[in-house]
Amino acid sequence: MADRPNGTGNAGHNRPSLRLHVPEPKFRPGDEVDFSHLAISEAGAQPRPDETCDPAETKPLVTDLVRVLGDDNKAHGPWDPRLDADTMRTMLEKMALTRAFDERMYRGQRQGKTSFYMKCTGEEATSVAAAMAMASDDMVFPSYRQQGILITRGYPLVEMINQIYSNRGDKLKGRQLPIMYSSRAHSFFTISGNLATQTPQAVGWAMASAMRGDSRIAATWLGEGSTAEGDFHAACLFATVYNAPVILNVVNNQWAISSFSGFAGGERATFASRAVGYGMAGLRVDGNDPLAVYAATAWAAERARANAGPTLIEHFTYRAEGHSTSDDPSAYRSAQERNEWPLGDPIMRLKDHLIAIGEWDEERQSALDLECAEKVKAATKDAEKNGILGHGLHHPFHTMFEDVFEELPWHLEEQADQAIRERKIKWPHA
Amino acid sequence: MIEAINDALDIMLSHDPSVIIMGEDVGYFGGVFRCTAGLQEKYGKTRVFDTPINECGIIGAAVGMGAYGLRPVPEIQFADYIYPGLDQLISEAARLRYRSAGEFIAPMTVRSPFGGGIFGGQTHSQSPEALFTHVAGLKTVIPSTPHDAKGLLIASIEDDDPVIFFEPKRIYNGPFNGYYDKPVEPWKKHPDSKVPEGYYSIPLGKARTVREGDAITILAYGTMVHVVDAVAREKGVDAEILDLRTLVPLDIEAIEASVEKTGRCLIVHEATRTSGFGAELSALVTERCFYHLEAPVERVTGFDTPYPHSLEWAYFPGPVRIGEAIDKILEA
Repeated sequence: MADRPNGTGNAGHNRPSLRLHVPEPKFRPGDEVDFSHLAISEAGAQPRPDETCDPAETKPLVTDLVRVLGDDNKAHGPWDPRLDADTMRTMLEKMALTRAFDERMYRGQRQGKTSFYMKCTGEEATSVAAAMAMASDDMVFPSYRQQGILITRGYPLVEMINQIYSNRGDKLKGRQLPIMYSSRAHSFFTISGNLATQTPQAVGWAMASAMRGDSRIAATWLGEGSTAEGDFHAACLFATVYNAPVILNVVNNQWAISSFSGFAGGERATFASRAVGYGMAGLRVDGNDPLAVYAATAWAAERARANAGPTLIEHFTYRAEGHSTSDDPSAYRSAQERNEWPLGDPIMRLKDHLIAIGEWDEERQSALDLECAEKVKAATKDAEKNGILGHGLHHPFHTMFEDVFEELPWHLEEQADQAIRERKIKWPHA
Repeated sequence: MIEAINDALDIMLSHDPSVIIMGEDVGYFGGVFRCTAGLQEKYGKTRVFDTPINECGIIGAAVGMGAYGLRPVPEIQFADYIYPGLDQLISEAARLRYRSAGEFIAPMTVRSPFGGGIFGGQTHSQSPEALFTHVAGLKTVIPSTPHDAKGLLIASIEDDDPVIFFEPKRIYNGPFNGYYDKPVEPWKKHPDSKVPEGYYSIPLGKARTVREGDAITILAYGTMVHVVDAVAREKGVDAEILDLRTLVPLDIEAIEASVEKTGRCLIVHEATRTSGFGAELSALVTERCFYHLEAPVERVTGFDTPYPHSLEWAYFPGPVRIGEAIDKILEA
């Protein structure tokens, strides 16, 4: 946390002049970065209460940091999920694939194949490890930076790319901005551009599951910046009032575009500590420690399934890249931040752990990275057969008017006719 | 009308286990207007329940419940208080089907008392229907009689698109003819108060011809249907009155047929004038019936001010304003 404001020192004087506090991040472009002020607790030192505990028992954990992987690359303490090596290798593979996918799609945007892309570099654990700790039919309400969930759940890469290219293979018919995926079959809720709206929706879904006596739970993700939205308050409130079986994941990657987390209230309290005021269980987790993310999610999922209520998890991580392809982070933060980030990189940390326990080596890692790159490349080639943005291989005009309502009302029929008439004038040879 | 709404909710709760009702004070207490009275007792707390005072949460949770497969019927206590839920309605409920290419839908019906004429002042009188008719993906329904309230509400709940169902609270207990200084008649004396027992529905997108006539077409909905009817009778004008019932989708065929017959059109609503739904109606009539028109299309509406408390009857588009407009059109 950055420095918090102090009092003016003028107490007791008559009418001391008031001062507005405008938060300021510690480091701006060109600044030397020193993260030594961050309290990073030792891996394994955090207690792990029972999943069905009273929310108050989690209070120490909303300011601490649940960590499993230590500097020695070994797993420590009661939060160690004790995953077998195969599961951890799968986790490593899904994170590596997510990163390879991001690299290629970023390049695709720069090559003009699509209009827009957003990477999740450095945050892969917060989606991949979390998704692995849930059942495949638990419903997820993600924001735009959890592509790792789709990849973990086996959604075909080619379908993701079709959506990014808005081509004729795009299941969303070119209606949505790139990366605003939707897959009901993968229990992945349609992504919206409007921040935090998915959070009360996730709670509503979880309430519905509880009303029906189902056993499925819901989880939602939002950035720390979006916690400032009123919807997040509504979500926390409804989640606790109805004891909804839901996990509220706050991915605190320190930055909301150019605004540091202080503008979301992060100077004065951790985001996990928001849980306390609602009477909700809260956990603050090292978001770059895939085993800690897995363990915390599994704990919260178990809690939800046991009707013990919702959990708010803050994943403390760092947005290693720009906000989007339309963003240049060198304009507002020090370029050193990424390298100085004290919690490292989630993929490297899991890789190093697997090597440390004799279940992996650098050669296999190189082979995995190559395999991931090849997999994405092949999917990209397949998707490009369906077209790239703006090359005519889009969906028929009439689809623009479908699905506004279940049936086309007269005014949309008239407008569809108009669009098709205009097409003949605008593109006579199309 | 309250009993008709309660009846519709009762029938849908019993017909379809996915129907649930939620909102502020709707559960144990039965709603501040009694529309949900007795329903929690009959169907239990997981079908009919109270919510926190948070409209964003009410609508947002309903969207999530719809995604699960339920058919929520959230209540917003007054239409004046629907605004905190607007982002969820406009950005989410209205666009869910479109942006997911039909993977997820929001089959919800947002019920909300609306309209003035009850000394409700600024925040218990508004008619915000134009905010919703402007949103692609939302349907907007406004009944004017107990018979229609029940049939339209059942149709709205069964509809797989999100429906904004505005209930004119001025006519909850009886029709209102605009003469605020005369005693109000209860619904039982009105022919449209006869509500058939059991299930029936009235299709969305169909207007009701309140009375047939040849001299002028009057387009209205909600409370104003009764006011224009009273004015036309009193003035002895051979008016054809259409109660639009559904604003989106609109019954354009009924409107065109009537205006082509009469050649004159008056549009009446309580909502403020500028960019109100009357502007859309006026534009449609002018565009589509221009060569049949014998006079300019007129609008009688609320004034472009917040709804006042003490000057309510100066604000309300009552018999004097409507009468003048009718005279103007007929004399043109």
